[in-house]
Amino acid sequence: MGRGRFAPYLMVLPAGLWLLAFFLIPLSFMISLSLQTGNLIDGFQQTLHWRNYTEGLNTYGETFARSLWYGFLATVACIVLGYPAAYWIAFRAGHRQSTYLLLILLPYFVSFVLRTVAWRQVLSDHGPLLGPLRDHGLVPEGFRVLDTGFAVVSGLAYNFLPFMVLPIYVALRRIDPRTVEAARDLYAGRAQAFGRVVLPLSLPGVFAGAILTFVPASADFVTAEVLGGPGDTMIGNVIRAEYFESGAYPVASALSFTLTAILLVAIFGYARTLGTRNVLEAAR
Amino acid sequence: MTRPLTGPRVRRRVDALHVYTLLLIGWLLLPIAVMVLFGFNDVQGKQNVRWEGFTLKWYAHLFDRSDLTRALVTSLAIALASTAVTTVLGTCAGLALARHRFRGRRAADLLLFMAIACPELVMGASLLSMFVTIGVPRGPLTILAAHVMFSIAFVTVTVRARAIGLDPAVGEAARDLGAGPWTRFRLVTLPMIRPGVAAGALLAFVLSVDDFVVTSFTGGATVTFPLWVYGSTRTGTPPQVNVMGTLIFAAGALIAIGSARRTFRRAGRPDDRGDT
Repeated sequence: MGRGRFAPYLMVLPAGLWLLAFFLIPLSFMISLSLQTGNLIDGFQQTLHWRNYTEGLNTYGETFARSLWYGFLATVACIVLGYPAAYWIAFRAGHRQSTYLLLILLPYFVSFVLRTVAWRQVLSDHGPLLGPLRDHGLVPEGFRVLDTGFAVVSGLAYNFLPFMVLPIYVALRRIDPRTVEAARDLYAGRAQAFGRVVLPLSLPGVFAGAILTFVPASADFVTAEVLGGPGDTMIGNVIRAEYFESGAYPVASALSFTLTAILLVAIFGYARTLGTRNVLEAAR
Repeated sequence: MTRPLTGPRVRRRVDALHVYTLLLIGWLLLPIAVMVLFGFNDVQGKQNVRWEGFTLKWYAHLFDRSDLTRALVTSLAIALASTAVTTVLGTCAGLALARHRFRGRRAADLLLFMAIACPELVMGASLLSMFVTIGVPRGPLTILAAHVMFSIAFVTVTVRARAIGLDPAVGEAARDLGAGPWTRFRLVTLPMIRPGVAAGALLAFVLSVDDFVVTSFTGGATVTFPLWVYGSTRTGTPPQVNVMGTLIFAAGALIAIGSARRTFRRAGRPDDRGDT
């Protein structure tokens, strides 16, 4: 059975090599580039300087904090907005569960950029929401939603909501209805049965959703670019500008790696305490 | 399945959550509705922001903007190629992970987890760092390499989820009847995992067609549909973009509804996920 023993390796190998060549090795190039000095015209040399990191953190510390804060707010918004809907679909939608899940996913057939641009249109000063209100004098003169932090956070929550709803839904579906019945039989009220049985059992889904929402939301730059103002810049916008507008590749790499490190700490802290299974299952 | 909670008080609460869910779906669909509507807007100037009257002319002149059409064609071509490569690689890996216990499985799990959890910005930035350092010219091929990279984990996980519940006895029976490995795969395994492979392929296509972040880092001068739309936000997005968005949305929605109905009819029980 010599061939049989190597078969699984041969089957995993192509995908593994692809991920090695275009995911893991590039990460090491990014780290190496972040320690170099030089400029676009004369080229970059490896000098193992930490300066890019200290400078990057000093200059953009506030932007880092804002990105994580916006990511956090968007995650909380997704939990608050998504949990009740996931709960209703999982427990009360009956045979229409897949229909409702599909309805939640439907908007995501429109490209990420196009959706965000459409939000810009909806939220614009004379758009379908604010225009009529303004015409009737129902909002103050200088009131606007576009180009504010609120617009960015709501845009992020909008863009990443399914990553929250699906894992919570999956976790809720796993709950054996008999456990809830048992709680009721033991004279737990509705709120008590929810708080002490359903909610704790659904927490793995909430945690999985939190990682799947927080990580991409804090690293996003499209939403802040399209919906935010100059004061709402996220670290993604800075990194993009450093790569493409300043050509300051080492600084940009240092910032990217700092972001990666922060998010890795969050992810591995999560994986150590709760395991990776929930995230992998939620992702499908 | 009996619902533990009944009675008049409960009924009212159920309805409130139902109404909430519908409102949430309404919120999710709001920008889509605006996008569809403004594809019919009779715009005179460059900005497609205010309603100026109904017209069908943007549907008639859908391909008038050659650079936009080219971007769309580029996007579709890259997505098709990426889907083909990813589906093959991801199906192989997913099958191996579902069926065999071997050294390195945990490492493979960790790698898949990282590839799914890693933000696109980091993937894009590190690919750009590599391409700049070793001097690889950026273009459609580098975009393709990147798209396959970020889709592989999703296809692998989808196929594995489907293959993990399969009875190995079926394959053994085929071997006893003299079927070689390739015949076994083609006639026994593939038909059983087909829904997983189809779902994975659809996912890979959507991920590729939709991608903006990684493409903007790896594309060089190549412009895909999302990149074109993003670039147009500064000068004014033409209504043709709304029309293309509407058509892509309609096609995607039809495929999704079709496949959902099929699996629903076949499975009968939407709550049976077939995993262990």
